[in-house]
Amino acid sequence: MGDPMRIRATENGGVTEVKILMKHDMESGQRKDATGKVIPAWHINTVVAKVKDKEVFAAHFGPAVSKDPFLNFKFKGAAKGDKLSVTWVDNRADTRTDEVAIA
Amino acid sequence: MNPKRREALRLMAVIGLMASTGLISQAQAAEWNKAAFDGKNLDDVLKAMGGSSAEKSGDVSLNAPDIAENGAVVPVGVTTTLKATEIAIVVEKNPNALAAHFSLPAGAEPFVTTRVKMGQTSNVLALVKADGKWFVASKEVKVTLGGCGG
Repeated sequence: MGDPMRIRATENGGVTEVKILMKHDMESGQRKDATGKVIPAWHINTVVAKVKDKEVFAAHFGPAVSKDPFLNFKFKGAAKGDKLSVTWVDNRADTRTDEVAIA
Repeated sequence: MNPKRREALRLMAVIGLMASTGLISQAQAAEWNKAAFDGKNLDDVLKAMGGSSAEKSGDVSLNAPDIAENGAVVPVGVTTTLKATEIAIVVEKNPNALAAHFSLPAGAEPFVTTRVKMGQTSNVLALVKADGKWFVASKEVKVTLGGCGG
C-alpha cells in the first residue's frame, strides 16, 4: 500500500480537469547500487480514473515516467460533486485507490 | 439445460474470479502492454501497439522544453485536434523508448501532461492514434543532466 495520492478535480463548462500527484519511487531498473548490482525496476504500470464506475481515463507507465508521477488530463460528462476515483497498480501488484469529489 | 450456456457461465465465472484477484485487469483498456514498453525504438513500439508507421501531423502538438536541466523530470504535454483514442509518449534514446501510454475512452479530451525521465538529449515523440492510424509530432529536448543513470 503506497502513500496517498494528491488529486485535484475541477469541473468548468462541462469539462473536468484532473491533476494527480502519485507517491512512487518509479525505480527505472537502470540504476546500480553501491556494490554494482542493478536495482530492479519498480514502477507504476497502470493508472485508471473512474466516475460512477465508468472509466474516464487510463494511463500506462513505463519505468521512464518520473519519480512521484504527475498526471494531468481532461474529460467530459461529469458534474460537480461526482466522485472521481483513481487507482494505480505497480509491477509488484501493489495498488492504491483514492477518491475525491469533483469541485 | 443447454450445455453451451453452462460452458459460457463457467467461463464468465472464471474470468470474473481472475478479475477480482487481479490476475487480469478489470478493464481491457487498462492492460499494460509489455511488448510496447520493452521496445527499443519507435518501430518496435508502434508494432507492439498494432501500427506499422506513424504519419507526421501538424494536428498533434507536443509541449516539451527546449532544454531540460534535469533529465529526471521533463514535463511533456500532448494535445491534438484529432479524435484521439490513444496517446503515447516516446523518448527515442531512452533504453526503452516508450515512456507512457494513455487510453482515452469516450468523453476524454485529447489532452495529457505528465513528467518523464530522459537519459540524454533526444527526440521526444508524441504519438496519437485516431481513426485507427498513428500520427506523430516530435521535438528535440536537450538534456544537461541525465535522469536514468546513476
